Amino acid sequence: MLLRHPPFALLIGILTVLAGLPLLGLPNTALNFLFFVLVIALAGQGWNLAGGYGGQFSFGHAAFFGVGAYTTAILQVRYGVNAWLGFGAGIALGSFVGFVIGSLSFRAGLRGSYFALVTLAFAEVLRILANAAPITGGAAGILIKLDVAPANFQFASRAVFFWIALALVGAVLILNRMIEQRRFGAYLVAIRENEAAARALGVNVLAVKLQAISLSAAITAAAGALYAQYFLYLDAAIAFGPWISVEALLAAIIGGAGTVLGPLLGAGLLHGLGEITKLAAGRVPGIDLVVYGIVLILVVAFAPRGVIGLFTKGDKGGEPTSHG
Amino acid sequence: MAEPMLQVKNLTKRFGGLTAVNDASFSVEAGSITGLIGPNGAGKTTAFTMISGFTVPSAGEVLYEGRSILGQPPETLAKLGLARTFQIVQPFAGLSVRENIAVGAYLRHPARDAAMAEADRVAALVGLAGEADKSASALTVAGRKRLELARALATGPRLLLLDEVLAGLNPSEIRDIIPVLQKVRAAGVTILMIEHVMQAVMSLCERVVVIAEGKLIAEGAPEQVVREPRVIEAYLGQGAAERLARGESHG
Amino acid sequence: MYSPAIIFEAVLNGLMTGAVYALIALGLTLVYGVLHIINFAHGALLTAAMFAVFALHVAFRVDPYVSILIVTPLFFALGYGLQRFVIGPASHGDDQNILLVTLGLSILIENGLLAIFRSDTRTIDVPYGFNVVEVGPLLLSQPKLIGLAGSVAVAILLWLFMVRTDTGKAIRAVAKERLGATLMGIDVAHIYAITFGLGCACLAVAAALLMPSFYVNPRVGNAFVLVAFTIVVLGGMGSIAGALIGGLFIGMVESVSGLLLGESLGQIGIFLIFILVLLLRPTGLFGAKA
Repeated sequence: MLLRHPPFALLIGILTVLAGLPLLGLPNTALNFLFFVLVIALAGQGWNLAGGYGGQFSFGHAAFFGVGAYTTAILQVRYGVNAWLGFGAGIALGSFVGFVIGSLSFRAGLRGSYFALVTLAFAEVLRILANAAPITGGAAGILIKLDVAPANFQFASRAVFFWIALALVGAVLILNRMIEQRRFGAYLVAIRENEAAARALGVNVLAVKLQAISLSAAITAAAGALYAQYFLYLDAAIAFGPWISVEALLAAIIGGAGTVLGPLLGAGLLHGLGEITKLAAGRVPGIDLVVYGIVLILVVAFAPRGVIGLFTKGDKGGEPTSHG
Repeated sequence: MAEPMLQVKNLTKRFGGLTAVNDASFSVEAGSITGLIGPNGAGKTTAFTMISGFTVPSAGEVLYEGRSILGQPPETLAKLGLARTFQIVQPFAGLSVRENIAVGAYLRHPARDAAMAEADRVAALVGLAGEADKSASALTVAGRKRLELARALATGPRLLLLDEVLAGLNPSEIRDIIPVLQKVRAAGVTILMIEHVMQAVMSLCERVVVIAEGKLIAEGAPEQVVREPRVIEAYLGQGAAERLARGESHG
Repeated sequence: MYSPAIIFEAVLNGLMTGAVYALIALGLTLVYGVLHIINFAHGALLTAAMFAVFALHVAFRVDPYVSILIVTPLFFALGYGLQRFVIGPASHGDDQNILLVTLGLSILIENGLLAIFRSDTRTIDVPYGFNVVEVGPLLLSQPKLIGLAGSVAVAILLWLFMVRTDTGKAIRAVAKERLGATLMGIDVAHIYAITFGLGCACLAVAAALLMPSFYVNPRVGNAFVLVAFTIVVLGGMGSIAGALIGGLFIGMVESVSGLLLGESLGQIGIFLIFILVLLLRPTGLFGAKA
């Protein structure tokens, strides 16, 4: 119960402990790893909102990740826009793309596998366009000029990036927790469980789904923009490639779809496992992903409510309800 | 005479070559409990899906409180005070009983506390107060039927369409739920119910509408309608009324 | 402007590639039509089949066309086992779980191949790899012509199998009315597994037909599977005839739009068709109903 619907105090506690990690004097490779896990967790949190709570399985969240990443990069490189503004613009445009893709797909009545397919196709179209268009730098990619200054959203210390990523993940944790306790959250779950029943109870299914996909896309776009700012380089395969769609989905599903902590836990577990595999197997390419594939199948088979579900066995109930 | 709560005029629904509902007209008086009965496959549920906005009729008109509601989606109708339940109950599995009911209550109580309070009130009304914290998927069939009713009630309807809320219940469970429906009506909610359990129809409904093969074949007081030969034949087959009448006269 | 001859050649080339696409789509649509699942591992399984053909050639000098006799039964068995022992039990009959399990399989297979064969792109050298056949003024690639003929042959065989054999009839019964088929004593889990096996067998043939004129690397299946999805959606999920016509059509579109827009943008035509069909007519152009 505690993990499935963590109280705010627990969330703050987890975030505080994580925030202390860079103070342990970790090497840069460890900070790199932790930062990357947070980026995946953030992308997964985005996926989780529409996919986990709302049941709209997207296979194309790369579309939002990529739009967030490319928007901030292009605005800085081509138009000299401030990096922080670019970051905000990336989130806004990502959200808008989510709204557009959602409008087209949901209005067409696409659900389940069809929705998964169409989102995948949208992401692929964007990937091909980004690979060919001059504004994105085409196949050569785009490079953000290295100019370390807080005003440029560039920091000498990796710890600062880590904290920024953690702040974003933390903000979404709290946002998710608030959504769970509000009408919007209840409506999302109702839509996931039974659309017709939700409509009969006065839920405007299209509007709720569109809000969800817009917010979901905004969060994943933030992950993309953060990625761009950290690595200062993008190409179409990084920004719009299927890898990030899969990572976002895996983090949420494996941690526990439709739970507050699921994506963070999933991203941590998965990449922790990936690192261990790489250490054990040596430099065999793809071996960590082999493990991901196996873990995904095992989770679906034996832990349908994700790893969090394993700790809350028997607790199938919803939200603990405290009110006057 | 006051305007009927619901007027259905010449309602027709065709699926390809099949006419599921054929030119059916009836009305539901405000404050009444009206039964919609008929043999299996008569088109009752199809009529419900049209009245509640889930499908658009091929022809005909539906007036709710005197206004046409044709083409309005279910969510809009719910806001106008027209709620329905489903024959196959499907509780929102990830939510507790209270939260399930709150999904309905949020319609008129957007704030969480108010919605939860309303959910508790409705839970008590339908006899689910003791199970509010349970997972909805842990309920028995009878519990799920009550939950289905509670969710719809929580939307604050003026007209409630009930699709076989008694089906699958045992006689004692039916006995328990009948007073609940009477309380709902006493609270000012008009009810139109599809029902096969005739014992309940006879004790609850002041009027029944009978359809068979998509057509309206009788309407009136229940004890009077069940004696009509056309109704008996619809249920028991051609010539049944005559056989029954002969049987009665013989002794 | 392009001369009519060049356009015509592009169309013919597209038809030949499209035939192999159709074969790949055939496996996908068969599985969808019967199991009502979207097999996300289809592309990875194609890659695996292509590597199997490649490995047989490298290790034992087996001609790709001859390897059909080995790889096809092998992949039928693989498909049967996957559905019977992995996908079926793991997904608990839930659509979204099936999607996830096949996605997991695809990640597993693709990266397993990457771990074994590394990311290099490989080809098979066969003496007839660059043979051409003169048809009037046109020079057509011999392996591609064989691909066209082979695909059509498999489609006909599959159709005969579905219409003539008891197993084929059982498959169609399950596709139409699962409950009814169960009541008649048909072992649905077995039929599902056979269907999945047939889908994989189609991939094995497609792989063998592709290898003499194409290359293989661990990601090669991705490109094909998206095309195959497009074909299946276009032709109507579950429709065999739809997959054939859709495959030929998409092959043509790809070839002609590649000629007009260039290789990299050429693919966009396919995705746009895919999205438009999904949004406007998700039952497919030839599909009767969902």
